[in-house]
Amino acid sequence: MTKTLFAVLFASFAIGQVTADEYVTNGGLSSLRGSTELNQEAQPPTMPSVIEQDTTYPNAYIFQPPLIPHDIRNYEMSLNANKCMSCHSWKNAPASRATKVSVTHYLGRDGEVLADVSPRRYFCLQCHVLQVDAPALVDNQFEPVESLR
Amino acid sequence: MKWIKAFFKALSRPSKAAVGIVLALGFFGGIMFWGAFNTGMELTNTEEFCAGCHQPIVKEIQSTIHYSNRSGVRAICSDCHVPHNWTDKMVRKVQASKEVFAHIMGTISTEEKFQARRKHLAEREWHRLKENDSLECRNCHEFEYMDFTEQGPRSVAQHSTALADGDKTCVDCHKGIAHRLPDMAGVEGWQ
Repeated sequence: MTKTLFAVLFASFAIGQVTADEYVTNGGLSSLRGSTELNQEAQPPTMPSVIEQDTTYPNAYIFQPPLIPHDIRNYEMSLNANKCMSCHSWKNAPASRATKVSVTHYLGRDGEVLADVSPRRYFCLQCHVLQVDAPALVDNQFEPVESLR
Repeated sequence: MKWIKAFFKALSRPSKAAVGIVLALGFFGGIMFWGAFNTGMELTNTEEFCAGCHQPIVKEIQSTIHYSNRSGVRAICSDCHVPHNWTDKMVRKVQASKEVFAHIMGTISTEEKFQARRKHLAEREWHRLKENDSLECRNCHEFEYMDFTEQGPRSVAQHSTALADGDKTCVDCHKGIAHRLPDMAGVEGWQ
């Protein structure tokens, strides 16, 4: 008697599982996940490639950190080394003909002039970023001011 | 004692075997020895062998272009750190016996010891490549075969001037291409 009871319980449990899986549906609504069901995984988009060019990007607003117009794969940025500065530092920029880092980077937080790049400006990628060959994720209607157009 | 004496006596006495047999034995023995020697030498050139002691460094290469790239060509430790030319390779292997001693002494046996010595080790490698005009780079990246039209503008600017003149060699600019860098303060062209 108990054996059959267990069998019935187990069977109903198993059926319950199956139906629960069947009922996963977003009802045709899409969210931040897109229209991918909860129990599925979306195909990630392919990695876009970095845009390489020998000219700089125009600035969109005053005090915008200029964008990086070249690939920086494996350029080390650590306690030991800052690869960006081997071209963009004031010392190396004339030889490499790269853009010099702005004078603002040599100022301390109280505006005092320092002998080298301020530690708070050390990590270049905190503000300066790459551009990749990909469509914008969201529509943007930002217009630069007249003087920058 | 007795059998050692007998062995040397046998070595110093002319053999009763025919010259042909002695020559044939010598010939095949030579092939066997050379094969074993080269196989042994190649064994010390594998990534697994290097990783036996240099595990943390071997890990560092994995994010770089010499390990993962679009065309699937990979450079392993020995491609850059061991000369390909036979005589140069032998010289380097003999020098490496000093490094075996360092391993036994535990000179860089912990992460802290390694980090403290990192700059010294890196400078030695940079110096070696500077001296041989970056020979190990040029085993694959031959200047004569470079097509500047396929290079980025920044690369052309450097390669068509300083490298073409022989003014600079690969390692002068390309440091830390397969490893993390040591403290670069005071290194020419950095910071």
